Amino acid sequence: MRFDTSPAPHVIAGYTVPRVMFQVLFALVPAGVAHVVLFGPGLLLQLSVACVTALLAEAVALRWRGRDAVPALKDGSVLVTAFLLAFSIPPLLPWWLGALGTALAVLLGKHVFGGLGQNPFNPAMVGYAILLVSFPAEMTRWPVPMDVDGTRTWSELARLSFAGFYGADLTARWDGYTGATALDSIRSGLDLRYTLPELLGREDIAGTPGARGFAWINLAALAGGLYLMLRRIVRWHIPVAVLGGLLVPSFIAHGLDSGNALGPAMQAFSGATMLAAFFIATDPVSAATSDRGRLWYGAGIGLIAWIIRTWGDYPDGFAFAVLLMNLAVPFIDRYTVPRIYGRQP
Amino acid sequence: MNPDAVVIAVLVAAALAITLGVALGWAASRIEPDADSLVVRIDALLPQTQCGQCRYPGCRPYAAAIASGAAEIDRCPPGGEVTVRALAALLDRSPRSPDPAFGATKPAQVAWIDEAKCIGCARCLPACPVDAIVGAPRQMHTVITTQCTGCELCLPPCPVDCIELRPAPALSRRQRQPRAA
Amino acid sequence: MAVRSRFPAGLALDAHKQQACGTQIVELPLPAHLVLALDQGTGYSAEPVVAVGEAVATGTLVARTGHPFASAVHAPLAGIVVAIEAREAAVEGGRSVCIVIEGNGSDRIDDSVRPVKDPASLGPEELVRRLRDAGIAGLGGAGFPASTKLASARNLGAHTLVLNGAECEPWICCDDALMRSAASDVVLGALILRRAAGAVRCVIAIEEDKPAAIAAVTGAIDGLRDDAVTLAVVPAVYPQGAERQLITTVAGVEVPSGGLPADAGVICQNVATAAAVARWATRGEPMLSRVVTVTGSGVGHPGNVRAPIGTPLAALIAASGGYRGTPLRLIAGGSMTGRALPSDEVGLTKSMNCVLVATRDDIGSRLGAVELPCIRCGDCANSCPAGLLPQQLLRAALADAHDTLRQLGVHDCIECGLCDYVCPSQIPLADRFREAKRRLQEAEAMTKKAADARERHELRQRRLQEAATIEQETFESVRGRARRPGVDSTGDSN
Repeated sequence: MRFDTSPAPHVIAGYTVPRVMFQVLFALVPAGVAHVVLFGPGLLLQLSVACVTALLAEAVALRWRGRDAVPALKDGSVLVTAFLLAFSIPPLLPWWLGALGTALAVLLGKHVFGGLGQNPFNPAMVGYAILLVSFPAEMTRWPVPMDVDGTRTWSELARLSFAGFYGADLTARWDGYTGATALDSIRSGLDLRYTLPELLGREDIAGTPGARGFAWINLAALAGGLYLMLRRIVRWHIPVAVLGGLLVPSFIAHGLDSGNALGPAMQAFSGATMLAAFFIATDPVSAATSDRGRLWYGAGIGLIAWIIRTWGDYPDGFAFAVLLMNLAVPFIDRYTVPRIYGRQP
Repeated sequence: MNPDAVVIAVLVAAALAITLGVALGWAASRIEPDADSLVVRIDALLPQTQCGQCRYPGCRPYAAAIASGAAEIDRCPPGGEVTVRALAALLDRSPRSPDPAFGATKPAQVAWIDEAKCIGCARCLPACPVDAIVGAPRQMHTVITTQCTGCELCLPPCPVDCIELRPAPALSRRQRQPRAA
Repeated sequence: MAVRSRFPAGLALDAHKQQACGTQIVELPLPAHLVLALDQGTGYSAEPVVAVGEAVATGTLVARTGHPFASAVHAPLAGIVVAIEAREAAVEGGRSVCIVIEGNGSDRIDDSVRPVKDPASLGPEELVRRLRDAGIAGLGGAGFPASTKLASARNLGAHTLVLNGAECEPWICCDDALMRSAASDVVLGALILRRAAGAVRCVIAIEEDKPAAIAAVTGAIDGLRDDAVTLAVVPAVYPQGAERQLITTVAGVEVPSGGLPADAGVICQNVATAAAVARWATRGEPMLSRVVTVTGSGVGHPGNVRAPIGTPLAALIAASGGYRGTPLRLIAGGSMTGRALPSDEVGLTKSMNCVLVATRDDIGSRLGAVELPCIRCGDCANSCPAGLLPQQLLRAALADAHDTLRQLGVHDCIECGLCDYVCPSQIPLADRFREAKRRLQEAEAMTKKAADARERHELRQRRLQEAATIEQETFESVRGRARRPGVDSTGDSN
């Protein structure tokens, strides 16, 4: 009897890239639910435009590059890019900006480098950074979230979201319903020589669910991130290092100057902290290779984000922190090669 | 604009230009690559077939010609793409394809003498650049396969065409692998 | 004594041992003919000492070892040599010269098969020589001659003999069965091996998922009253049984990269090898048979069989209930490192510890794999028992970057297949690395050959130069002598 002679090993675990990608999407669900409940359905609108654009851009890019589009579309990686971008941008963004950012993320962030596995930068953050520097006003305009006392209802938020999505002039009819995020307002307040306790005491910044809204989204993202760690899709090194890099300096700074420096709890549950720590920085393609390298990489992201939040002109620094540390990856990899068995360190 | 500032800027730029120019000139004379060691390094990348297809009488003369700039790096058919790439990397030039004018790249080969046809004329012996043919006048000749570079230089002198080139035997042998048991 | 794993990473795999493990070892009746490969799995061949048509008895030497990596081969069956020819075999490259013996019904035993009177009285050197002549090869899967390892261990001053009963690879359980049924043989063999290696200590390592074997070996060791023979119960983590990894777990030392275990003071032998040494000592039997696991969904009655070396696998499978379902692959070894064989006509070799008849149920995950680009997830690096970065190695392998490959430790790869196993992009990494090693070796051989050619060419140039100089000098001296007498030569115009 004759048999085929393929090389060993003859079994594999069968835990495939598409399964990994769809687990990541699944883990984003809690954060998505919190987002929609607090900020209205804007996220869903952004998600739909991002996903459609991402799939189209991926298919077009693969066609240009003369590759078979079907397996790449099925691997789910481009949907992860679309989801991360949609979660990062404000839910009121006009649809063409979302589409533009996604297309740039997929084309400039991924395919110019050779597609899946080849991109040195996190594609979603490439798209986000381009949008942020090109359209700063639109990119920092968030809806004031749902209110407990009922002055702003979810149906109003829904109408606001659609208005923003279709590009209506929001200042005319919806003034008072939009504003900057808490991190943004605190920064402007500190620039005007208010002290932190004063700002945190103010209704329109931290007393409202504006800050709490982000806190809920961060908590939900943390839950999703812990799920990914439990499923061993994300290892602990990057999230822990990102949070360490952000929280340790903020703890020290807050201890030294509690009037001006945000404390670690505020840092951890504001802006994009948890999303960045568990979902964005953990993109393996653009991260460092070894466990030790990933600790440095994550710590760098957290530290740069803290620096930008503290002294920079942008309200949240994670996009730039991730892109900067992406640049440092070859350098980190060079100096963090693990010791090979049987070799001297 | 303040005229003084213009003067100062011009002076500073001029001073910089002069200082850097002198430093670069000095460095160029000090760090100039040693021509001999360059020839050795180029020679180390050549396949040592000694076939002369590059129109130089051996690998070393060709290496010297490359080092002096007299010859391009694409003249070595036995080395093929691999050698051109290695040379391009060493000399920091852009890689190119081997020039087909100097011959085609063939798989590794060795000469083989049909001992039934060999008349023992010994004419192939001096042709061999690496002394890989053993024999004596009126004695049968044979090729030391492991030493033969497959240069084909022994073919033209043979009056009875009893030498042919055959695919070289595999050089590597799989090492024993530790197995998990 | 239970110990921790001390090598990097590793992974607990689905063991698949229950299929074949429950049963006792079955003695296979002598088959009608045997196909004895001269290469018993190491890549090096023995030299035949019999001719076609010659009659051989059980235990007659048919091929002697000409190379330290080849082991001597003896006839496990009395009969006639009917062929010596290249055939398909379970070796690298797929072919080896084989001696085919057809049984003639005789039960004549060769005169050389005599029990060793007092193995304890033999010196280490004599022991090593006799084990070599008996063709004792490592039965753990590599088939490396025990004598060669023992000799180098003694030269390098190894102090510890590690007896490998870890048997970490999925499906395989022949060592487990052997330890359960012949623990005293294992221990007796261990003592002889320890003496031959010049070692002081002997540690028998067994994975914790084999309680019956642990109990049997513990009993045998207790009967010995020798403090220097101990048992180590090691975690059931693949590849615990890989030589280097086991040494690190048991002895706490790492085998230097590119070195031998003996460089770390340790020599490793398989428990089945020890049992074979015991058979040689008590019965005088050279290596004529081995215990092999016949398993997989494609075989009727999975189990462990003691079969003569050279038994065609078809006969082995027929004795184990024949084929069942649709067997797709015939694998010599386990599912992680086993070699897929082209045909069931090949003979059993000393290195073959398992015959896995795999159907789609067993290897479906691999059959359905679609290769995607590497996403640098690092799962491979986190499972590599050699501490390598397979994702970086893959890039270097694809670029054929030889220096990078060496630097990243491609030669430290033990080809355990774990990186393949965990890769979400389903890249056949282990095979890429095998290929990279082969190309690297070829390139190194080419460089060496080029260096030789350069040297020969330079010597030749020098010789021609010298010859020319001598000719010139001779010419000049002749001319000078002709001129010196002062006789004007009419032909000399200058």
